[in-house]
Amino acid sequence: MAVTVKTFTSASEAAGALSSDRSARYLGGGTLVMRALNEGDVSISTVVRTQDQALSRIDASGPRITLGAGVTFARVLAERDLAFLHAPARSIGGPAVRNMGTIGGNLFAQNPYGDFTVALLALDATVTVAGGFGARDVPIEEFLQGRERQTGTLVLSVSCTRPANSEAFRYRKIARIKPKGGSVITLAAHLPLSGGRIAGARVALGSMAPTQIRARAAERALEGRAPDAATIAAAASAVTEGTSPSDNALGSAWYRREIVGVHLRRLLSGQE
Amino acid sequence: MSKIPLQFRHNGRDVAIFVDGGTNLLVALRELIGDMTPKFGCGQGGCGTCSVLVDGELHLSCLTLAETVAGRTIETLDGMKQGPNLHPLQRAFADNFAAQCGYCTPGMLMAAKALLDRNPSPSRDEVVEAISGNICRCTGYEPIINAILAAAGGRVSA
Amino acid sequence: MLELRKDIFADERDDNLKEIGKGTQRQDMLGHVTGTSSYFGDHKLQGMLHLKVVRSTQAHARIRRIDTAEAERSAGVRRIIRGTDVPVNLNTLLSLINFGKDDEPSLAVDKVRYKGEPILAIVADSEREAFEAIAKVRVDYEPLPAVFDVEDALKPGAPVVNETYPKNAFIYHDVYDHQRLRFGDADAALAGADHVLEQRYQMSPIEHAPTETNGAISAPDTNGRYVVYTSTQALFFSVDTCAKILDVPSNTFHFIGGTVGGGFGGKVDTLTEPLAILGAMLTGRPVRYVFGREEEMQYGPPRGAERIYIKDGVMRDGRIVARKIRAFFDSGAYTRLSSYAAVKCAAHLPGPYTVPNVYGDVYCVFTNRTPATAMRGFGVTAMDFAIECQMDKLANLVGMDPMEFRILNAYRDGDMKAHRREAKNTALIECVQVAAEKAKWPIRDEFRRASSRKDGGGSRAAIPPTPTDSSRARPTTPSQQRTSYDRLPPTVTREPPRDPPPPAPPPPSPRPAAPSHGATRFSSVFGTRRR
Repeated sequence: MAVTVKTFTSASEAAGALSSDRSARYLGGGTLVMRALNEGDVSISTVVRTQDQALSRIDASGPRITLGAGVTFARVLAERDLAFLHAPARSIGGPAVRNMGTIGGNLFAQNPYGDFTVALLALDATVTVAGGFGARDVPIEEFLQGRERQTGTLVLSVSCTRPANSEAFRYRKIARIKPKGGSVITLAAHLPLSGGRIAGARVALGSMAPTQIRARAAERALEGRAPDAATIAAAASAVTEGTSPSDNALGSAWYRREIVGVHLRRLLSGQE
Repeated sequence: MSKIPLQFRHNGRDVAIFVDGGTNLLVALRELIGDMTPKFGCGQGGCGTCSVLVDGELHLSCLTLAETVAGRTIETLDGMKQGPNLHPLQRAFADNFAAQCGYCTPGMLMAAKALLDRNPSPSRDEVVEAISGNICRCTGYEPIINAILAAAGGRVSA
Repeated sequence: MLELRKDIFADERDDNLKEIGKGTQRQDMLGHVTGTSSYFGDHKLQGMLHLKVVRSTQAHARIRRIDTAEAERSAGVRRIIRGTDVPVNLNTLLSLINFGKDDEPSLAVDKVRYKGEPILAIVADSEREAFEAIAKVRVDYEPLPAVFDVEDALKPGAPVVNETYPKNAFIYHDVYDHQRLRFGDADAALAGADHVLEQRYQMSPIEHAPTETNGAISAPDTNGRYVVYTSTQALFFSVDTCAKILDVPSNTFHFIGGTVGGGFGGKVDTLTEPLAILGAMLTGRPVRYVFGREEEMQYGPPRGAERIYIKDGVMRDGRIVARKIRAFFDSGAYTRLSSYAAVKCAAHLPGPYTVPNVYGDVYCVFTNRTPATAMRGFGVTAMDFAIECQMDKLANLVGMDPMEFRILNAYRDGDMKAHRREAKNTALIECVQVAAEKAKWPIRDEFRRASSRKDGGGSRAAIPPTPTDSSRARPTTPSQQRTSYDRLPPTVTREPPRDPPPPAPPPPSPRPAAPSHGATRFSSVFGTRRR
C-alpha cells in the first residue's frame, strides 16, 4: 500500500485527521517524516499536511514572541528581532536543513537532534496545540514529558518571553563536526538578574536524557545567587543530577556526564 | 492505488507527472522525469548529495514530499550549464580538482549556486557554512572551498 | 601545496619528469561537474523490481523457523528468496584464488552469526511494498551465546561462531591458526635489554561511509545473459564471485561498473550483486538491490577492529634490540578479506625499523560482529598506529628526541628485514628529516646527516640464529626490572647517544646463500611454493 497524503486548507481540519488515524503523521518540513518513510518505517501510512498560513506566522515585535509551528530555522535567522534565537537556529543542520526544518518539528526530534527545543525549554516556552475545541496551551516541559503520546497532536505555535538582554540567555551545542553535526550535548540557560542576583534560573540540556530536560539541581545552585565563580562551580558540579544520558555513535553516556559540567561552567562564565 | 498529478517547473521547462503518495522529490526527478543529476546518499538529510533549489532556496529533494513542489521552480545540476558552456562554478570545480568520485558534486554545486546567487562575494567562512550540509568522502573540502571562492572571485572564465 | 623534493635521491632517477608535478585533468571530470557520470543507480529500467533483505535481529542464534505466509500475500510481492534458492549458498571471497574455505552463505539458513545477517530477500514492485512485506516476516530464533571480543573468542570453551573454523581462528595452509614471524631470539634479547616496554593498543571498526551506498541493478538480457550495473570496486572479482554463487559460467554476466560513488575498500565484498541477479533470474524482471543508509552504516562491512600487544626491548643508547608482537584481527562472523589482512600485517612487522630480534603472532579471529573487509591499507594501518605510538613512548623512556629516535632505528638500504628480504630503496630517514624540517623541529647534525644509503647492510644484513618454537625453553623471568611507561618518572636526562647512530648489534651468523632460483616462488598469500 502506498502512503496516503491528505492536504487540508486549515490547521483544525488537519488536526482532526491526525487525531483520528494512528498511522498518520503530520508533515512539517519533512526532515523527520520523510526520513522515516525513506528508511522503510511502515508504521506511517498516512501523511497529513496543511497549507494554513497561520502556521508560518512570526510575531516578534513585542516582549512575548510567537513562532508558528511551520516557521523554518532559516526564517528565524532572517528575523532581526529574533537575534536571541539565532544561535540555536544556526546550530541546526546545514543550509538545506535550515530551509526545511521547522520549529514545530524540532519539538518531536529525537536525540541527537532537537537542539532548538533545548533553547525553548530554557526559555519556558508555551506550546500551543490544536485540541478538540480550538487551541490549548501546554507548558513545554509538560509537552516534552508526554512527547511519546503526542504523535497525534498538531502543534500550532510556540511562544516565549524575550530575554531581558543577551547576557541573560546563553546557548551552546557541542558537536564533533563543525559547523554542522549531531549533538553530543546541548545546553541552554536563562538566568535573569534581579538586583545582581539570579531570579528564575532555567537550565536545559539536550542529549542528557531520552528527551530534552531541565537541570533542576543546577538551577537550584544558581537561584538567588550572584553569578560569580563559586555559584557557577556549584551549578556545574550539580548539573548531572537527574540526567540519564545514553551511549550513541557520537559519545558515550560516561563522556556526556563528564563534559556537561565543564561546558556549563564555560557557558555561564562566558568562555569559548 | 491512485496517482497524484503534479506540475512544476524543472530547469526552465514545465513538467507534469503522476506520483504515488509519499513519493519524494528525488525519486520523482530521477525515476519519473529522468533527471539523474541529484543522487541518493542517505535519505535522511545527512549528506546533501540530493540537494536541489526550490524557488531558488537550497532543499534536500529526498526529504521533500514531491507534491509540495506543485507550481514551484526546481533547479538541478542538469540545468546549470549555460548553453554549451560550463557554468563558472562547474569550470571552477574542474580547474580546482574539486571532484574525485563525483558523487557529492551535484549537491555541492547546487549548494554553491544557492550561496553565490544570494551572495556573489562570500568569505571563506561563508563558503564553509554554505556547504556544511554536504558531505564529501574523497576529494576533501579544501579544493571544493577553493573552487567556490575562485568562481566567486571571477578567476574562472565561463 | 605540492612540493617535489628532487634533491633527495636525485641520482636515482631521470629528472625529466613529464607528468609528476604538473596538473593533469581527470578524464571523468567533465562528467562529474555536469552530473552526467553514470553510477549504477542512474539506470532506470522498464518494470524494475526492488529487493530488500530481512536481517537478523540477533548476534548469534539458531533459526528455528521462518514464517513467510503473511509476507507472501503482502501487496506487490513478486518473490521471496530463501537460502535454499541460492544455487551455491556458501562462499568465501578469496576462494577465487584458492585461499580459505567457503564459510559464508548469501542468505542464512540454519543459523545467524551476526546482527544484521541477511536471512531472506524480498522482491517487490516498490521499495515500500518490500518494506511492508519485511514487517510481516516472522523469524523464530533460538539465541546462542555470542562472543564479541577477539581474545575471548580464542579461549577454550568460547562459543563457536562459524563451524567452518571451530576454533574461531582462520587456518593458514590447513595447519596454522595464526601467522608467525620469527627472526633472531627475541626473548633472549628482551632479557638483555636495558628497558622493556609492553603496551596494549586497540582500534575500533571503521565504516567507509561512501556517499553512494552499495548496490546493484540486474536485468535479463538476450540469450540468457544478465546485464548488471554495480557499485563494485572490483568488477572482475564480482563477476567471478557471482558466477560461483549462482553456479553459471561467468560469461552469463555483462557487468557494467567503474564509476563508483566512493568505495575505500567497502565495495569489494559483492554483497548486492548475487541477490540482484538471482532476483532477476527468478522473476524475469530487472531487479534493484541497494543498501539504505542505515544498512550501509550498520551492516556494510567495516575496516576490522584490531587489538595489538607490543613488547619492546630497548637499550639506554636508544637501539631497539627486540620487538615482540601479538595481534588479533577481528574478522567478524566470516572471513571476507581479514585472513589476507593478517598476512599483510605479519609481512609489515616490525615496521620500517631494523630490529635484530623480532617475534610476531598475528591471528585472524571470528566473533559475532559484522564481517570486516578491506579499507585503505588494511592490515597495516592499525599496526602502524600501534608501532608509532610505541616509538614515541620508547623515545621518552630512553630520553631521546622522537624524531632522532626514529632515524636511529630506521631501516637502511642493505639491512635484512625480519621476513628475510633485503631492504632496498628505503627512505624513512629522509622522510623524518623533511618532516622535522617542515615542522621546524630541531634535530641534531648527526641525525640531519644520516642517510638511508649509509651505514646499512654489513652486519645488519645477517639473518640471526633463530630458535624454533619447539626448541625454545619457557622464557625465564627477565633479569631487569620491567619498566612501566605509565609510571616512569621523567627523570631521564636528555643524554645524547654517543656518536652517530650505531648500527644494530651484529648477529654473528653470516649471510645465507642467495635463494635458489626457479624452484620456489614467494607469495604473500600462499607463502613459499614450489613452482
